[in-house]
Amino acid sequence: MTLEELLPGSGGFRYNFAFLDEGAKREVRRALLKAVALPGHQVPFASPELPIARGWGTGGLQITMSLIGPNDVLKIIDQGCDGSVNAVNLRKLLVATTGVRTTFDSREATILQSRHRLPEIPLKPHQVAVLQVPLPEPLRLVEPSEIATRRMHAEGDYARMWVSLYEDVIQNGAISLTAGYPCRVNNTYIMSPSPLPRWDLPLLNGAEHLTLLGAGREKRVYAVPPCTSVQPLEFEDLPFTVESFAGMSCARCGSSGTFLDEIYDEKTGLSSRVCSDSGFCVLVREGAIQPRRPTHG
Amino acid sequence: MGYVAVQGGITAIESSEKLNRYLRLRGTSAPLGVAQIMEQMGPLVDRVMGEGGLYSAFHAALAIKQACGDPIEASFLLRAYRSTLRRLVDTLPVRTGEMRILRRISSAFKTIPGGQVLGSTSDYEQRILDFSLADETEEAQREAVNSFESQLEGAGQALQPAAFRAVIDMLRDQGLVPPVPPESTQEPTDITQESPTFPMHRSGRLQMLARAETGGVLALAYSSMRGYGMVHPTVAELRVGRVRVQIPHPWRKGAAVTLGSAVLTEVQIVASMEKAAEDVKPTFSLGYGSCFGHNEVKAISAAVLDRAMRSASLGAPAEDQEFVLMHTDGVESSGFCSHFKLPHYVTFQADLDRLRAMRGANE
Amino acid sequence: MGEHADASLAERIGTGAGVLLSVLDLEKRYGPGCEACLELTGPQRSTNICPRCRSVIALRGVSFDLREGEILGIVGESGSGKSTLVQCIYFDQDVSHGEIRVNGQNGGCDVTGLPRSEKRRLRSRLMGMVYQNPMQGLRLDITSGANVAEKLLEADVFHFARIRERATGLLARTEIPAAFVDRLPRTLSGGMQQRIQIAKALANNPPLVLLDEVTSGLDVSVQARVLDLVRELQRELGMSMIVVSHDMGVIRLLADRTVVMKDGGIVEQGLTDQILEDPQHPYTQLLVHSTL
Repeated sequence: MTLEELLPGSGGFRYNFAFLDEGAKREVRRALLKAVALPGHQVPFASPELPIARGWGTGGLQITMSLIGPNDVLKIIDQGCDGSVNAVNLRKLLVATTGVRTTFDSREATILQSRHRLPEIPLKPHQVAVLQVPLPEPLRLVEPSEIATRRMHAEGDYARMWVSLYEDVIQNGAISLTAGYPCRVNNTYIMSPSPLPRWDLPLLNGAEHLTLLGAGREKRVYAVPPCTSVQPLEFEDLPFTVESFAGMSCARCGSSGTFLDEIYDEKTGLSSRVCSDSGFCVLVREGAIQPRRPTHG
Repeated sequence: MGYVAVQGGITAIESSEKLNRYLRLRGTSAPLGVAQIMEQMGPLVDRVMGEGGLYSAFHAALAIKQACGDPIEASFLLRAYRSTLRRLVDTLPVRTGEMRILRRISSAFKTIPGGQVLGSTSDYEQRILDFSLADETEEAQREAVNSFESQLEGAGQALQPAAFRAVIDMLRDQGLVPPVPPESTQEPTDITQESPTFPMHRSGRLQMLARAETGGVLALAYSSMRGYGMVHPTVAELRVGRVRVQIPHPWRKGAAVTLGSAVLTEVQIVASMEKAAEDVKPTFSLGYGSCFGHNEVKAISAAVLDRAMRSASLGAPAEDQEFVLMHTDGVESSGFCSHFKLPHYVTFQADLDRLRAMRGANE
Repeated sequence: MGEHADASLAERIGTGAGVLLSVLDLEKRYGPGCEACLELTGPQRSTNICPRCRSVIALRGVSFDLREGEILGIVGESGSGKSTLVQCIYFDQDVSHGEIRVNGQNGGCDVTGLPRSEKRRLRSRLMGMVYQNPMQGLRLDITSGANVAEKLLEADVFHFARIRERATGLLARTEIPAAFVDRLPRTLSGGMQQRIQIAKALANNPPLVLLDEVTSGLDVSVQARVLDLVRELQRELGMSMIVVSHDMGVIRLLADRTVVMKDGGIVEQGLTDQILEDPQHPYTQLLVHSTL
């Protein structure tokens, strides 16, 4: 797909490599460096508008655009799937403005941009995960005002957050938070890991790879450097648990230790389970890797 | 499977784009000319320029055509386009005091220096649907234009004053409104180059209001006018007109180069009395709103919100600058609203898992 | 007061228990301030507002020590600065001048200059506060139990069962029926709300509890019960207390020593008995003699 096909009429208009101009890229990279230096801390950045709508991944997109070079290999997923419309759309734009090679195999990617999932195969030190974040502020759960939440982070005043978890246990018998579960990063800041399912949080903890998180509309980036602790908030006597897929396995590849999507057949209406990580599932079916057995959950 | 799914996704998106184009063009009418939109839909073009944050009637009209008339979608196109343009230079501050007036009224006084100029407005038109517009011919068009222009020739040339003295300045001379605050002469912030932090400098607040979505700003200002915060405004002055856009001369110090002109709407309201300090006499409080093009509802609403956000109390939503400014950007709000249509099945799966566990435990 | 009280008084004070808190020359000013402020305000001038710059000198030259296990009463009328004083000690307000020394922490150094996060940490371990208005001291949008839990969580107690046990235990001790532990405070009576505040104040076993007009606004019969509870708890747990009240009766009931404040300054301080029997300062005499 050429730029002319992507943006008919753009004709003589020349877009820079990866769309953003170099000045904008530098600004994002400066913000990212600060973010890496302060794990879990939200760093503001200008975040100008892109041809993709706000709320649709512009934060993650700007991070990828600021880092990507002609030799990078790109994988983009949404809900774990390369074929999801959002992933397809973003991939279109990035390929048209960079010409980089793309892959569905997470092991081959150097940059992996994702909405709401991490790949099942843990990333290696040379790979970067870029996560799309709708609401970067974990304390929004208890406090709508930005002025107040900034102070709370600055003073390490997280009591109100913990109280809401306490009340949750009183009311529901357990912490009932689901995706985007708040985590303590490097024993300092509380961070929202983007709407990842709980399943993926153990993958973030002490990961070998760098994770960058971008919220375009809210204009914040933050980061989890490699080998950094990411601890989901939990009471000592009520340990954190992940989603349970006990007794279930993927109807396509047989794995029983992956995050499974619940799908309903278009014709029969019957429900079945398939791997959310479509790239992983394909690799198992092609015989490249073994089906996954449960290690947690 | 992976490749097939991806192909499927691309095909669906491309088919949707083709369908959009087909739906726009399959009728019997001729394709809309961008000039038609520019010339005959001025208020819509002005609104999109304002919300897009880019003063160019042509690009705004083009965006309107592409968006099939949806103002928020058109503003989004314009903003995205703006992001690709290189910033060359900052202009000198425009001098609205020297505006070539197209319209200028004040509700505060019956007559004002320079006079009340009604100009072009629909305020006093009877809102009766005009069916003759359904069959407007080019001949009727020529007729209407010729007859108006010939009337102009007959009328005497009443010279417009070189400058209309601002009503606020008159009140300021009498000490009835506060003096110009020192922060007005400081370097303004630039909201397109920095992310917003609160509390926000007034220049940033006025910028955000200037490109905020008209409906959103109107709704919040309305809440204030009706009692949630009680800003009872009097429009001291509403001006619509052309201002010169100038940059500093590249080599002649102190001189300026005129690039062109822009139409702006500027509103200054006077609101309730306040006292700056204990032993200082009370004055009226002020509110200021302005935007690109001719958009009075937005400018008045912005002025009301400017005043409301400076209230001490913070009881009403319109008084909370975070609430007002974080929720009135149309491009951001509509984007986030629409994003809920994206697949969320993994997060939903997480919710299902939790709910099922809780129900299992309770049963 | 009686023998029993005398004996415990001697135990607490006479035996030279250590000093827990020292307040030195505390000053709190609202407003721009000028050179004439201190001179033109204070108990002798019968005002705390500077006529020249309109600043309010809420506290001036306040100094006293508080010993371990001691109950100190602070009495005065509105505008005396007594509430401002406890707010400064509790870090709700910053002081304009002067020092607050906490012994055992930072080796008795001045804590007024600590960064906010440090003050917050210090406060959660060292102090409990009961406000006159429950709305200031309680979060009305969370349950009574959660209010107490919040203090424990502030002190990094993250064990749910332990938090639950301590919260329900404290609420039981302050006579809140078990059924109300998971109820919102806004549904409960004023007396109960004060008792929840007391339970919350005690959550981390602080060596110092501040009580600011705890019984004002309560019905007389309810007042008596709350005061009894406070006295019992102090005997049982032995913490220091600062009790602020405009009511001499409350001071007489609870306080070992008393400080009398007027227009931001201390006019008299000493053993409560002595102040009541033989007030020296004319203002103290006025207060004592107008006690019903």
